Amino acid sequence: MSQRHPVLTMTAISKHFPGVRALDGVDFRLFPGEVHALMGENGAGKSTLIKVLTGVYGTDAGTITLDGDQVSFAGPMQAAAAGVSTVYQEVNLCTNLSVAENIFIGREPRRFGAINWREMRRRAQEALARLDLHIDVSELLGSYSLAVQQMVAIARAVDVQARVLILDEPTSSLDADEVAQLLRIMRQLRDEGIAILFVTHFLDQVYGIADRITVLRNGRLVGEYLTAELPQLALVEKMIGKELDALEQLDSEAGRDAARAAEGTPLIEADGLGRAGAVAPFSLTIHAGEVVGMAGLLGSGRTEVARLFFGADRADKGRLVVDGKPTAIRNPIAAIDRDIAFCSENRRTEGLIGELSVRENIILAMQAARGWLRPVPRRKQDELVQRWIEALSIRPANPEMPVRNLSGGNQQKVLLARWLITEPRLLILDEPTRGIDIGAKTEIQRLVAQLSDGGMAVLFISAELEEVLRLSHKVAVMRDRQLVAQLTNDDSLDADRVMQAIASGVRQEGLEKV
Amino acid sequence: MTTTPLAVRADRAWWRVPQRHVPVLATFVLLLVMYGVGVSQYRAFSNIQVIFNIFIDNGFLLVVAVGMTFVILTGGIDLSVGSVVALTAMVSASLLRDGLDPALVLVIALLIGPTLGLAMGCVIHFFDIQPFIVTLAGMFFARGLCTWISSTSIPITDGFWTSAAQERIRIGENFVSVSVLIALAVVAVAAIALAYTRLGRNVYAIGGNPQSALLMGLPVGRTKIAVYTISGLCSAIGGILLSFYTLSGAPLIAVGMELDVIAAVVIGGTLLTGGSGYVFGTVLGVLVLGVIQTLITFDGTLSSWWTKIVIGALLFAFILLQRLVGIRKK
Repeated sequence: MSQRHPVLTMTAISKHFPGVRALDGVDFRLFPGEVHALMGENGAGKSTLIKVLTGVYGTDAGTITLDGDQVSFAGPMQAAAAGVSTVYQEVNLCTNLSVAENIFIGREPRRFGAINWREMRRRAQEALARLDLHIDVSELLGSYSLAVQQMVAIARAVDVQARVLILDEPTSSLDADEVAQLLRIMRQLRDEGIAILFVTHFLDQVYGIADRITVLRNGRLVGEYLTAELPQLALVEKMIGKELDALEQLDSEAGRDAARAAEGTPLIEADGLGRAGAVAPFSLTIHAGEVVGMAGLLGSGRTEVARLFFGADRADKGRLVVDGKPTAIRNPIAAIDRDIAFCSENRRTEGLIGELSVRENIILAMQAARGWLRPVPRRKQDELVQRWIEALSIRPANPEMPVRNLSGGNQQKVLLARWLITEPRLLILDEPTRGIDIGAKTEIQRLVAQLSDGGMAVLFISAELEEVLRLSHKVAVMRDRQLVAQLTNDDSLDADRVMQAIASGVRQEGLEKV
Repeated sequence: MTTTPLAVRADRAWWRVPQRHVPVLATFVLLLVMYGVGVSQYRAFSNIQVIFNIFIDNGFLLVVAVGMTFVILTGGIDLSVGSVVALTAMVSASLLRDGLDPALVLVIALLIGPTLGLAMGCVIHFFDIQPFIVTLAGMFFARGLCTWISSTSIPITDGFWTSAAQERIRIGENFVSVSVLIALAVVAVAAIALAYTRLGRNVYAIGGNPQSALLMGLPVGRTKIAVYTISGLCSAIGGILLSFYTLSGAPLIAVGMELDVIAAVVIGGTLLTGGSGYVFGTVLGVLVLGVIQTLITFDGTLSSWWTKIVIGALLFAFILLQRLVGIRKK
């Protein structure tokens, strides 16, 4: 295999964004007739690498060669013309046009200047037949399932004589049969000599089809491996990494009295709760004063679980039991009424309002709970805000500073303060420590421990296993949108066992079947 | 493998109408019903000339509505059309009064609309500003120019104009005006352009999903600018036809016409969000408005405000219909 020449080589690629080193000297190569999986957690640099390759971004350093010639594309269209086509996670086609048009628009066959519809349909039929898809190409694309739409996108990509096909999470919205069909087509295209770059979060698919795996972590290359030589557990380890971190001192507080927390009536209990296409039915209980950690790779369904608890998405299976009583939480307002708070993963787009001041952001949820007709008196606002700024050591300690001027960690603390001020009984934290510096991380972790000691229940979602293990009484493990294990955090539980659960999906004994 | 599990879909029976044709068909049925009501109530209604008169009275509206169809298909809106129609008529009347050659006047008048449209399209695209606000500015600007040219109506006495206005083209025992032929020619050209040119298909693609259109490498900016220019050209042609019809240019003519035009396009089955609709539907939409006016004229006792009331009710009904069709699709 190594005798062959790679069709595509990326060497020492670096890319900086303000304040972030997105890619740092990454090498990547792609051989013809091979499926190459690009793996890594969120923020590892996968999308950036693809965008650099297809010319969406320029590079700060490094070279890209295609068939031995150095290239630098000005955009996805130019890349496609050179034979590098991309199919994105969201199908980027027009559902209001026919299937045939979606394959050919922009390069329709014409006769005497007018579009030759008959010829276009015939060629579309041919292009899809190559993928073993036999559908009426004059129908609107929107009348077919997402899977078919995905295939049409691939047909469009392949029809422009692609030599490199980039599939960026093409399977995330497909069901099992559809995935099987897609993988079959990928094999076929591979056998025709096309080089396929495959990005996915589903380990099964990687091991089902990829010949080679490249792992990125935090913008750096971890390594390139033959799939056959890399066990799943090793892959997960390489993706998540075992950082030596400065947080070990918190360990003394870890493995806290697991038994104490799980007594009495659960504060909230999910009973076979699920939502088609988001997360398979699961059962999970959370007691007052308990920290339930949620581990799993990105896209494994962690956030989806949180959204179901908070009513941000409506469950279509199962029920929620709050304080022993079945309760329907249909929307976030209902959740807030039951003292549930949710700090979303995306603090910029879903949580904080950058233009408003620290004070205004903190008061927001409390004001919403009171109703807009009863404004919180300014004096009380100042008092509360001052208290939380001190308690969480938000820096700079200026309540009138616009939130967008704060660092990521301090923004996170503002978001936390907003919810803590409403004195929730269940606090859902989705990736509260992502992208913030280690000092702020420590403070947030310490705070979570304090809150739970004070009787607050916490659902703590994080990609960092060390952190989950340090804080949680119980660890719920997600994999491929299923809750695959619930592990009690006693002395015997360590990162390896959690990784094993993530990698193998083996259900631990004592877990009720869902 | 001869069949794929993915392609499984309910087989469409021959009588089932494709969903995209439902709104147009609904308009067509509505038109037939209204015409039937007219024929059953008033004896004179069945005269073919009644239909021809609808075309004669609404020829300019039809042309402007065709231009608006392009814009709405991309998901945009053009509020300036009424003012541009008035401005074209005003400029023609004023230049003719000054004794300019009619052919030259025609060329100048026909250039005003597209130039304004091009300018608005460029602002919309390059500065990424809402079409609503840009064309609203265009509307005030053109209307202001009308009053600047003259605050009172200017009659047209030019020979070419009056003969174009009065020429009757006989069809059997009935007749149509020159304007009707021009309007139908515009409809035909537009329908062919939308169905058989890349520009036309790009219009649909952008209306369906601008993000995708961009990623598929379609010239999104160029197409957007083109549709406002086309709308401007149609408004200019509409303005000429209006000046044929009224033989004058008045500063306050066609006020609020943009709303009639939008109503006609929407009743004709074009989705306001873009991506779906036909020029043929727009023709039907204009005819619906025309038939309502005619019915009210025939009745003789109803005030002309009833036209607005019925159009309002119909608009509601059709927007709901579009919504329902859209929901069923999901």
